This record gives sequence, structure tokens and C-alpha cells, in this order.
Amino acid sequence: MEFGFTTAAYVVAAVLFILSLGGLSGQESAKRAVWYGIVGMALAVFATLVGPGSGLWLLSLILIAAGGIIGFVVAKRVQMTEMPQLVAAMHSLVGLAAVFVGFNAHITMGAVAGGHGEGAFADLIAHKTSVELNILRVELFLGIFIGAVTFTGSVIAYGKLAGKVTSQAKKLPGGHILNAGAAIISVLCLFWYFGTGGFFPLFVMTLLALFIGYHLIMGIGGADMPVVVSMLNSYSGWAAAAIGFSLGNDLLIVVGALVGSSGAILSYIMCKAMNRSFISVILGGFGGTSGPAMEVEGEQIAIDADGVATALNEADSVIIIPGYGMAVAQAQQSVSEMTRKLRAAGKEVRFAIHPVAGRLPGHMNVLLAEAKVPYDIVLEMEEINDDFPDTDVVIVIGSNDIVNPAAQEDPNSPIAGMPVLECWKAKQVFVSKRGQGTGYSGIENPLFYKENTRMFYGDAKASIDSLLPMLK
Amino acid sequence: MKIGTPKEVFEGERRVAMTPDSALQLQKLGYECAIETGAGEAAGFSDAAYEAAGVEILPTAAQLFKAADIIAKVREPNETEAKRLTADKTLISFFWPAQNAEMLELCKSKGASVIAMDMVPRISRAQKMDALSSMANIAGYRAVIEAGNNFGRFFTGQVTAAGKVPPAKVLIVGAGVAGLAAIGTSTSLGAMTFAFDVRPEVAEQIESMGAEFVYLDFEEESQDGAATGGYAAPSSPEFREAQLKKFRELAPEMDIVITTALIPGRDAPVLWTKDMVEMMKPGSVVVDLAAEKGGNCELTEKDQRVVSDNGVVIIGYTDFPSRMATQASTLYSTNIRHMMTDLTPEKDGQPNHNMEDDVIRGATVTHEGEITFPPPPPKVKAIAAQKPKEKTPELTPEEKRAAEVAAFKKETKTQVTLLAVGGLLLLAVGLVAPASFMQHFIVFVLSVFIGFQVIWNVSHSLHTPLMAVTNAISSIIILGALMQIGSGSFLVILLAALSVFMAGINIFGGFLVTRRMLAMFQKS
Repeated sequence: MEFGFTTAAYVVAAVLFILSLGGLSGQESAKRAVWYGIVGMALAVFATLVGPGSGLWLLSLILIAAGGIIGFVVAKRVQMTEMPQLVAAMHSLVGLAAVFVGFNAHITMGAVAGGHGEGAFADLIAHKTSVELNILRVELFLGIFIGAVTFTGSVIAYGKLAGKVTSQAKKLPGGHILNAGAAIISVLCLFWYFGTGGFFPLFVMTLLALFIGYHLIMGIGGADMPVVVSMLNSYSGWAAAAIGFSLGNDLLIVVGALVGSSGAILSYIMCKAMNRSFISVILGGFGGTSGPAMEVEGEQIAIDADGVATALNEADSVIIIPGYGMAVAQAQQSVSEMTRKLRAAGKEVRFAIHPVAGRLPGHMNVLLAEAKVPYDIVLEMEEINDDFPDTDVVIVIGSNDIVNPAAQEDPNSPIAGMPVLECWKAKQVFVSKRGQGTGYSGIENPLFYKENTRMFYGDAKASIDSLLPMLK
Repeated sequence: MKIGTPKEVFEGERRVAMTPDSALQLQKLGYECAIETGAGEAAGFSDAAYEAAGVEILPTAAQLFKAADIIAKVREPNETEAKRLTADKTLISFFWPAQNAEMLELCKSKGASVIAMDMVPRISRAQKMDALSSMANIAGYRAVIEAGNNFGRFFTGQVTAAGKVPPAKVLIVGAGVAGLAAIGTSTSLGAMTFAFDVRPEVAEQIESMGAEFVYLDFEEESQDGAATGGYAAPSSPEFREAQLKKFRELAPEMDIVITTALIPGRDAPVLWTKDMVEMMKPGSVVVDLAAEKGGNCELTEKDQRVVSDNGVVIIGYTDFPSRMATQASTLYSTNIRHMMTDLTPEKDGQPNHNMEDDVIRGATVTHEGEITFPPPPPKVKAIAAQKPKEKTPELTPEEKRAAEVAAFKKETKTQVTLLAVGGLLLLAVGLVAPASFMQHFIVFVLSVFIGFQVIWNVSHSLHTPLMAVTNAISSIIILGALMQIGSGSFLVILLAALSVFMAGINIFGGFLVTRRMLAMFQKS
């Protein structure tokens, strides 16, 4: 009876989760969608606690509450600019949990075989045929593998995003051969485990998977982080799905598949936005170029706040292109204040967001939203790219590669063919930038040398703040 | 060294090459300044103002030429003035060396250095001393004002209690500096402004000033203004025909026509013929800024305002800058001052006539008893060569339709292939796997499918909340841990407990962060 109730609750929860993801198609419906997700999760946990997970339910509740308090505090405290790190860190938790649950499944299997397993899961296993048991092994093996890769991968991604690990692409000698070797040994372990059911191959594989996760993400540069984060998101989903198979839990399978496919699609969208194949992002580094990069002529001309303010006061239409630099300098509030002032003066102010701006898909949107920039003036690349020729002033705040004209003009550039924001077509471009260095990808940016470009050097926040009093 | 400015002797010239303001700046460069009494009177600068700026007032031109080492003036020198030059003197003024060979010879024989303000090369660095542009700017503005003065209607369209007023239609031929200035003035007065130029690359500039570019439907290698330093070059007879045809089309509609077409070193091309004037409505105005070089309009008379038989006013004044003497003098004297700044890098009042410098070399027409005109081409090219514009062929409706059909077919094909492969794979799995597995597997496949369908609709700006939400719900793994926690083994309980704990963090953290983010999205 209880189990019938649990299954029914799972179906409802699954529907709620689907609605929750589907609701994210619009800003307004998204607010409702989160509640669907929360209710779905509560229902799922409750149904499990009263049903198959009723053993030690008090301990479970206490642990959930304790975890909940930590999660609550973290979520309240985190700065919106630290969102990428947070998401990466939370992925690692899911990965580790998947590894533990997988191990448990293995241990329980052993216990059932020895005839002394107890609990809901043990009952389930006890009813399985030998073929089913074999499939179960493959499933939990996969679950542990993906979970382990997700765990170390997310930890490294967190380190890179938080600046605790160097964000450059680093590889151990041997590069991808090491990864491939580790993967092959893992497959061998699978057969070994399949044959013996012993713990040792499982353990070896776990170590190897941890190494793959570490080494794979270490080899990916900081600029590709949006893809990495969504990819890890996808992995954590697949891990949950694999565990769901081994536990025979449909809800786990459904949710895991939803999360997995959502992460995969996001990665695909990001890669498309950078005109890179998914494989080349995962393998790290830019593909080989076929010739020397175009020589950049001219010089970078600096301008002071006075000049920028004058141009802004005279402009009718302004487009702001924020990038990771704005996030680093925490300049979104100042940018928002500037936007408010310019709009109050009757100017048309819009934001142009490149799909890979920042370190997380949609990173800039969240930051601007935090600073209370209305979302209907924040536009995507396709929506706004044709409007640049009619724009008086473009302000580029801490972005580089996404406004690099070399992507269109120089076929030898490493980013050739990547869709970029064509801001150089505007009458005047101001680039707020720390110094003369190149961007994350280390590519020279001809935009900075264009005749209608002026460099506004300095910390983005300080620069924008210095503009504010001069705006009418 | 002393810089001196005499009173302009040319009939009707009201400009002056030094203003009290520019004198102050010149003194900062270490020069002394002198001026002939009354030189600035016509431009609105009194002797007293000059005196207040520390400028010495000299009673006659002769005394000024004697006292000053550098003579700055506006118009080219006449014979008397040229004869007053000596070997150690420098003259800075408009000179037109190509048209004034005799005068050039005379100055050379006197040994004086002459810097011709009209010869400043057109490179970015020299823009600040480009007197031709600053004068053209004034001419363009004034042309519109003159036209307005002679035009009996409003520029802007109005609907008033006393009836509706149509806006004036203004055509500007030639979009150089003067043309663009005229466009700006005309549009800001509210007229409907059209503009034409033989160089198609200026279409963008014209449109940026708010006028409509008059396109010619003509297939020819378009002119590249970059090759001629930004000036127009003569066009082929066929092109000219097409151009005139277009103008004939426009003539009856236009109320005001301002022509500014000049080709360096040639007579102005005739672009507004007699029959076009005849087609225009009575009361219309033609302002010909090229009158000095014979005029773009056939009926133009230099320095005259004439009225055609059908009542069209044709203005051929050549002294537009002089008609705005105060403004023109301010700008021109600033150009001179910039020239002196470049000539005096040390700011010590001693000019350093550096013939290696592109700008100084280009503007110098006589130096140390030699004629240095024409100058060698400047080392820096004025304007970057235009890249040939890519042409995207316009697709015919049939081609478009065909492309759409092809795309549709291709899409269908990939979709069917994917479905077939997916279906076969499923079947293959189903053949070997036991039924209990297949149940779960079907659920899995369907969920992946739903995931793909749903996620494509997620709006781009919500990608971060999407990540946070999927992260939160991926902690559904807690169910697995919950099911295991009741198991007997201590190790299992420990691991499961840890998992529950971590998933707990994730659930609360993930959903709360998502809510925080979404709460921030606001509509304006």
C-alpha cells in the first residue's frame, strides 16, 4: 500500500519537475516554476521517507535539516558574482553523493548474496535474477564512474572559477593519452567487476575516474568555463540516472535524464555560440591555426572620464556590452546607476549580451538583474547585432573576445568564425579595461586599435563611478 | 620671434588670421604677437581686445611686415605684400600655389618661406590645421542660412491653426565637409534633406547626418575616395548622364538646392543645368558653393545673386566664410595656432622648419630660396583603402522557396534517420535486456526526450537559473541514499548518511539561490 502511494507521489513529482524546467521559458513563469520544483522535491523526499526509506527516518530528517541549514546560509550569503563557483561546488556534492550511493549498492549486493541484507533496497535486490544482477552491476559501475568524474571535475572547476587554481589550460605530460589510458583501464575494470563482482576493480575504477575528472578539467582554459559548468551539470544528471537504474527508482531516472539532457543542450548552445565543436572544448585548448594572425595596425588611444561623459551626454542611443570584467570588478550596480541616469535623460540604453559572456551561461543577465536593470532592455546577440550601425556610443565593460572583429576579418585567428557582437560598427566605442593586456584567450583584439575606439583604462567600477557625477 | 598679422587687403575680406584668444596661445609657445591696427575690426575684434591680450598694435602694414618674422594672414598675398617679404621671413596663409605660379616665383626670389594653409595634407594628424575643412564647414552652414534668407517659406513642416505648411525639400550635391555641414544645418532646421555624392562610401556619412542618400542606379566601378585623399575625381560621361537624369527627376520637387561639387585642380563640373533650373518652382533657391571655380549651376554668376526667368534665386557668393567673419576668424586662427605648435616643438618661440615632417613638408611651398611645390606624396596614406563590399545576391522568391523546401526536406531526413537509428537501438537493447530493465529504460528514454523538448524553450537570459534549478533537482539522488540508510551495515549507513547530508545542502542551496536570482528579474 505504502509503495503504491510512493509511486503515485513520484509521478506527481516527475510532472512537477518537468513543469519546473518548462516554466523557465519566461521570466514571469519562472518565478512560479521554482515553486513547482520545490514542491516536487518535498513530495519526493516525503514519499520516500514514509515508503521505502522509512528506516532510520529520524536520522535522515536531522541530516536533511542540517544540510538544509548550511545550504540556506550559503545561498543567502553568496554574491551574485560568485554564482559560477557556487554552482560548480554544488555539482561536486551531487557527484560525491552518487559515488557513495553506488558504493552502498555494491555493499548491499554483497550483503544480500551473503544472506544477511536488510532494508528496502536489500529486499529489492533479493528478488533479482542473475541477469538482472549483472545489469545492476553495470549500472552502478557507470553511476560511480560518472559521479567520480563529476566530483573531481567540479572541484577543479570551482577552484578555477574562484581563482584558487590557475585558470590556464594545464596538462600533465602525456595529455589526452593519459585520459584515454585511464578510460580504457576503467572499461577493463568493468569487465573484471562484471566477472567477479569484487570490490577491488570498483575501487581502481573510482580512483581512475577521479583522476580523469581532475585532469580533464585542468586541461580546459578559463574562457571555456561556461561550457564546462553546463557539461558537469549534465554529468551529474547522468550519474543520478545511472544510480536510478541500479536502485530501480523511476523518479531518479526521470530527473537524472532531465538534468542530463538539459546540461547537454546548454553545452551545445554555448559551443555553437563560440563556433567550436564540443569535442575541441572538452579536449581543451584552441584548434591549430593555419597561418600567422593578421597584423594589428594603429595604436590604442586612451580617453579620460570627461571625454566619455561628454560623448554619453551627446548620444541618443547607447549600447552597453558587459563581460566577465564587470563581474570581477563588481561594477554591475554602478552600471545600473549609469543606465538609470542615461534613461532618465531620455536616451535609449540597451545591453547586448553575448551567449558566452561571463563564466556561466546567462551570467551577465543574472548580474544585471541583481543590479535592477530591467530585463526588457537586456538583449541577446542576434536581437541587437543589426542595431550597432545606428548606435551613437557603445561601452564595452570588461569583455574582449566576444567583441573581437578578428573573428570575422581574420581567417587565421583562433576564434575565426565565432559569432561576435559587431560593436565596431557603432559611431563610437569606449572600452573599459584594466590595462593593455589581451583577453582570456590571449588573442590580440583589433577593436582596440580601431579609429572609433577609445580605451578607458582602469578598474571597471571605479571608471563607471567616475562617470556618474558628470552625466546630466 | 614675432608673429604679425596685417589687415586683409582683399576687397570685402573681413576675416583676420589672429584673434586675441589665439594670440594668448601663441604667446605660450614663446612668440610675441603684433597686429596692424583695425585688422580685426570687421571680424568683431577691437584693437583694445588685442592690446588686452598682450598684442602689439602697429599703425601700418609696412611697419608690421618690417617688425614681424612670421606673417600670418588669410588671403594669398598681393604683389605689394609679397615684395615686403625678405629671406628671413615666413608667410603663412592660403596660397593656392597651383593657380598662383607667378606669386610663387616672386616669393621664391625674395627667399621667404611660405606655408600654404591650403596645402596641409589630409591625414588624421593634420586635421587640427586643416583650414580648408574649417572654412568649408562654415560655408556649408552659411549656404543653408543664405538659402533660408532667400526662401519664402519655413524649412520645417508645421500644422498650425492657420493651415498646414509642408516641409522644405533640400538637395545637397556633393557631401564633402561643406556638404555634410549643410546637411546637418538643413536637417536641424527641419527640412527634408536629400544628398548626392559620386563616392558611394559617403552614403553612410550622409545618412548619419540625417539626410537621405540619393542612389544612382548605375553599374560602374565605383570611385574610391581613398585613392585621391578623400576628394572626388572626375566621372565617366555615362555616369554623368545617369547623374543628370536623376537630378532632372528631382528638380521639380526640390525647393532648395545647394551644390558643393569640386574636383581638386579643375573647373567645377556643371551638374545643375539651365533646364533643371527651369523645372524648379518659382521662389526656389540654388546656392552654388562652387561659384569660385565657375559654378556647378549653369546660371551661376560669381559673387552675384541672380534671379532666373521663372523666379528661381541663384546665389553665387564666394565669400561665405568671410560673411561669418567672427566664427571663421576663430577657427582659422586656431588652425594657424596648431600649425605654429607643430612648427615649434620646443615651445621656445623659435620655429623649427622640419622638412622631414609630412605635414610641414606638404604645406611648405617655398623654402630657403627653392620652390618646394608640389610636395612628394605623404608617407602616411590619408584614408585606409575601402574594402570591396561583399555582395550578397538577392534571392528570387523561387530560389527562396526552393531553399526552404530543401531545408525542410533535409530536416525531415535527419529527423527520420535519428528516429530510425534510435528505434533500432532500443529494439536491440530490448532483445537482450530483461523486461524489468526495459521498463526503466523506456522511462529513461522518454525523460531524455522530454528534457530535450523542454530545454530548447528556455530563454537565454534564464540559463543561469536553469543551471541552478537543475543542480537543485539533481540532488534527487537523496532518494537513493534514503532508501539505503535503513540498511544493516554500519558502513552503508555512514555513506548513505553523508550522501543525505550533502544532498540536503544542495536541495536548499540550489532552490534558494534560484529563487533569489529570479526575484531579481524585473520589467522596466
